[in-house]
Amino acid sequence: MDRIWSVEIMKKLNVDYIADAGKKAKGKRPWFLDNPEVEKVLSITMAVAGELAVARERLDTLERILESKGIMSRNEIESFLPSEQDAQERQLWHAEYLARIMRIIQQDRESLETAPDMNEAVEDLAKEFTKE
Amino acid sequence: MKDSDYSAQLPPTYDKVHRHEMFPETTHDETARFNFITNLNQHLSTVSAGNRLAYEKRVRPDFQKENGRDFNNRHEVNQAFKSDPYWQTWSALRRNTMEMRHQAGRSVVLRQINTLNKKAEQLNAGKSTLQLNPEIKSPRYASAVDIHCQPGGYHTEICEGDVSVGANYDSGIFVTTTGGVGPMIDGGGRAVAKAVQDKFPDFKPKRILDVGCTIGHNVLPIAQAYPDAEVIAVDAGAPVLRYGHARAQSFGVNNVTFLQADVENLDYEDGYFDWIQTTMFLHELSSKSIRHIMSELGRMLKPGGLLLQVEQPQYTPDMDLFEQAIRDWDCLYNNEPFWSKMHGMDAKKIMRMGGFKNENYMEFKAAAETIDGDVTKPAKAVSEDHGREALWTVFGAWKS
Ligand SMILES: C[S@@+](CC[C@H](N)C(=O)[O-])C[C@H]1O[C@@H](n2cnc3c(N)ncnc32)[C@H](O)[C@@H]1O
Repeated sequence: MDRIWSVEIMKKLNVDYIADAGKKAKGKRPWFLDNPEVEKVLSITMAVAGELAVARERLDTLERILESKGIMSRNEIESFLPSEQDAQERQLWHAEYLARIMRIIQQDRESLETAPDMNEAVEDLAKEFTKE
Repeated sequence: MKDSDYSAQLPPTYDKVHRHEMFPETTHDETARFNFITNLNQHLSTVSAGNRLAYEKRVRPDFQKENGRDFNNRHEVNQAFKSDPYWQTWSALRRNTMEMRHQAGRSVVLRQINTLNKKAEQLNAGKSTLQLNPEIKSPRYASAVDIHCQPGGYHTEICEGDVSVGANYDSGIFVTTTGGVGPMIDGGGRAVAKAVQDKFPDFKPKRILDVGCTIGHNVLPIAQAYPDAEVIAVDAGAPVLRYGHARAQSFGVNNVTFLQADVENLDYEDGYFDWIQTTMFLHELSSKSIRHIMSELGRMLKPGGLLLQVEQPQYTPDMDLFEQAIRDWDCLYNNEPFWSKMHGMDAKKIMRMGGFKNENYMEFKAAAETIDGDVTKPAKAVSEDHGREALWTVFGAWKS
């Protein structure tokens, strides 16, 4: 489906449809959790959950269309057995994916494990290196 | 639970929304996003049920222990809830869901703003039933904060001939009410029209005033029920009227005039209208304006005429404090500054401000009327989502 906008028209109307969509409502925003940072993470998480649902629905549409055209059946998906090679590739994908999203915890652990000289504070170094 | 039990509770999908000519187009993924938010709203009503438990199990006992007495009023309950972690999480989710809904609606509308504005211009061209007045400014109580977190309120115009806040409003009602008000989001208006026809078969209003009509979604069923009546729908916001008038044209409803005016200063003569209707309007006023507006409505109504007001239920002394407090949530956290005060008022007292007599007072419940066999029959909420359900209190009186 076409996006019915063009840069020129948006400029003329002075609309930035991406930024303006998320415009804050006038009035002070209430925060509910003791820690507003946590509330921000909750908000981002819910938005991401929404986008996952959107992707899931799109995939569902795709499967149903393919099925209705006789290209595949959804049962085939349910009974799909990966070959050895497929299985390897998939597990590798999972491992890489998890490492990527869990990076911060890996680094936290590294900071506990590693020798003290891996954790020197940059401010201290700055002082050291800039001493006249 | 069996699958079929769940099915009875599932909200309708967004593709059931009626696509009139003005309705913003949605892509597959935009529709899916609305589906997610509809379901999230439905789910939150089950989360909300836990507030009752938190209240009975700790919020209330803790308060009693500390103060040696029970709560005296809903304000104390609201205060105590603030430090309850369950309530905090529910509130954070609820507020966030409102914001997500507006982001989703605005992203749909703003990318096609030029097309929508042009469509409205075409549908509205040369019609005397749209009367805008650029002199009208939204009253401060309607512009100081963006009511229910709707960026731009009902009045903001991004460019000339703008309808975007109206289109965003229309796109999201189905989502926030989980389909409960039907595909044309007019379940409330249908309920009122049907109730009046059923209860007062001899009532044949010639002139009807709808006050604070927004996009006119709830006045159209009334205008259709009384096709010979002249209907005036008033609002202060130009973009919602432009959108609402164009929307009415696409429904083929021609007996409604959309008028931009401040309800506090309408220059209709005394006794001009046979029926004056307000729907979800009173709670958005201020204490001062409600007095003045009530007396104006009383003035413009003909003796023997009918004033009806649709609202969420008033807080009466027999409504428990927990429910009052939860119903206050929208006031405190969804930018509805007057909600709490208005719902705390005695409805008869409000009517007396307009010169109506206690003995003429009437009150009844109206559940959203959807269309027969309609697939979007309101999903049965697992628990009441206080303040959002498609069941209203209608109160009013005949003018003697
Ligand atoms: C919650 S909306 C009403 C919704 C609509 N009647 C319905 O059936 O759902 C309140 C409307 O009242 C309008 N409004 C508030 N104060 C007003 C005033 N003094 N004069 C005209 N319109 C006013 C606002 O612009 C807004 O569109």
